[in-house]
Amino acid sequence: MEAMNTAAGPAPKPVNNRSSDVLLEVALYVFAVLFLIVLMYPLYFIVIASFSDPSAVANGRVWLYPQGFTLDGYKELFKHDNIWTGYGNTILYTVVGTAIGLIVNISAAYALSRKDLVGRKFLSLFFIFTMFFSGGLIPTFLTIRDFHLYDTFLVMVLPFSVVVYDIIVARTFFQSSIPGDLWEAAQIDGCGNIRYFISVVLPLSKAIISVLGLWIAVGYWNSYFNALIYLKNPDLHPLQLILRNILITNQMQTALGSGEAAQIAMRLANMMRYSVIIIATVPIMCVYPFVQKYFNQGVMIGAVKE
Amino acid sequence: MRSGQTYAARKLGQIRRNGGLYLLLLPAAVLTLLFAYKPMYGVLIAFKDYSPALGITDSPWAGFKYFEKFFHSYQFSATIKNTVVLSLYSLVTFPIPILLALMVNQMRPNRFKRFFQTVSYMPHFISTVVMVGLMLILLSPSTGLVGHLYRLFGAEAPDLIGSASLFSSLYVWSDVWQHVGWDSIIYIAALSTIDPSLYEAATVDGASRWHKIRYIDIPMLMPTAITLLILRVGGLLGVGFEKVYLMQNDLNITSSEILSTYVYKIGLLSSQYSFSSAINLFNTVINFILLILVNQLSKKYSENSLW
Repeated sequence: MEAMNTAAGPAPKPVNNRSSDVLLEVALYVFAVLFLIVLMYPLYFIVIASFSDPSAVANGRVWLYPQGFTLDGYKELFKHDNIWTGYGNTILYTVVGTAIGLIVNISAAYALSRKDLVGRKFLSLFFIFTMFFSGGLIPTFLTIRDFHLYDTFLVMVLPFSVVVYDIIVARTFFQSSIPGDLWEAAQIDGCGNIRYFISVVLPLSKAIISVLGLWIAVGYWNSYFNALIYLKNPDLHPLQLILRNILITNQMQTALGSGEAAQIAMRLANMMRYSVIIIATVPIMCVYPFVQKYFNQGVMIGAVKE
Repeated sequence: MRSGQTYAARKLGQIRRNGGLYLLLLPAAVLTLLFAYKPMYGVLIAFKDYSPALGITDSPWAGFKYFEKFFHSYQFSATIKNTVVLSLYSLVTFPIPILLALMVNQMRPNRFKRFFQTVSYMPHFISTVVMVGLMLILLSPSTGLVGHLYRLFGAEAPDLIGSASLFSSLYVWSDVWQHVGWDSIIYIAALSTIDPSLYEAATVDGASRWHKIRYIDIPMLMPTAITLLILRVGGLLGVGFEKVYLMQNDLNITSSEILSTYVYKIGLLSSQYSFSSAINLFNTVINFILLILVNQLSKKYSENSLW
């Protein structure tokens, strides 16, 4: 990413100091800083609020740094077992789902990238058609129920693991970065397709494997739709569904009633809204800067049109 | 005839030789068949009086009964209007990532630029649930940041989340906030492929930076922009369920009930399977037609198309 930007930056270092160019430069950086503030402040606010005294937050005294530093919001999290069950479930779904997704999509993409695959056009169309046309919610729901997948672990990791967009991105990658001569050479050595794929193609494809792996993992970590539709048993619920109860439908609060004890409980429930956002988002935010360059690469591979 | 035979024989040999490739394709193909194509057959229930006891095949035909029911229901114009409003409003914000990309492209490659890019992509990774939770927290008129801001200036804070007229703005601009950085990556990538000699030639000709943006950068972005625009227009009635459903409440429901949330409520919450499938199918078909239409238009006028 960076190398590319350097290579094709806006212009050779500006030799002509036109006033319009200087004006542009100033406006550019002023705007960039404003933009950063608008983007970062809400996130920063959640962080400082999660460490602050809830009444200070409610009264609007928290602006730039925590007021009345406290960890009560985080301690409160430990009183709710369902948060941690959800956390465990999400980790499990993410790990298993990503593994399945990678195997399924990468191997299909490789097969479709080979020009000597008979029926390649038809098979590509077979997948691409599903991007634009689908049975819809109820028919899909009935299918899942017919296969006895409703309310099971499997429904969260298997049925929707084929992502056609990811297949297209990976196919483009294979076409542009695996030289065709390699396969001819391997064939002469008596190497079959599957062994060739596993021992030659995959080791050359770390970039695309990282990109898709991360896309899929982020998708699993953040999704709530499939859980909402296909899960009933609360022990199977992923973190996002529990977050929805805490942050949006406020189930924790309405169950409390009134009175002084209830008020304290409500205060804590309010605090928990900040800390729960932090623990749900930090894992991804921590990984992301390290893998950012792969993400960018992926978007670029996807942008290359055949 | 003879050449036909040898052609077939050659193809057969090729298939046999590449058996391994079909094996690699098998898992994805089976999953797609079971969980994407089998439900397409299930679309039949939109034309039937589906009863779980009889199953899809044996349920009695109902013709277009459920489509007519939808067309005549008071929700028809409301859900379609709300869906189209959200779509068109989102479409208006389409150029914003392009502007951001042009801006990033003007920055000198240094630490600030890297930091800027890292931060601008970050909100993309927040989940929809957290994003909507964030909005509820920040926009609360009594305890939220926006409420305090209003009070700072001595004004009474409006209930943004509970406002039907502001729902679409809230939906669209929070989306821009979350995804503008991410959506700009593809344009930044396209800009980085521009041949530097173009800029050099422009400099020799005395072009300012404005000129270069106007006459080099923007034209070079057009093909990418048009391709993405086609996809967006194709999804005109395909406004996603996840965020809208979370943002819905009793106060804004008149503008926040869209096709996908209505399909969910009719189908899964009140178990009217056939009715829900009919609405869903109507939606899918319109999207499909729009996509093909827009793609055809684009092919004709700009030589850009998806296929």
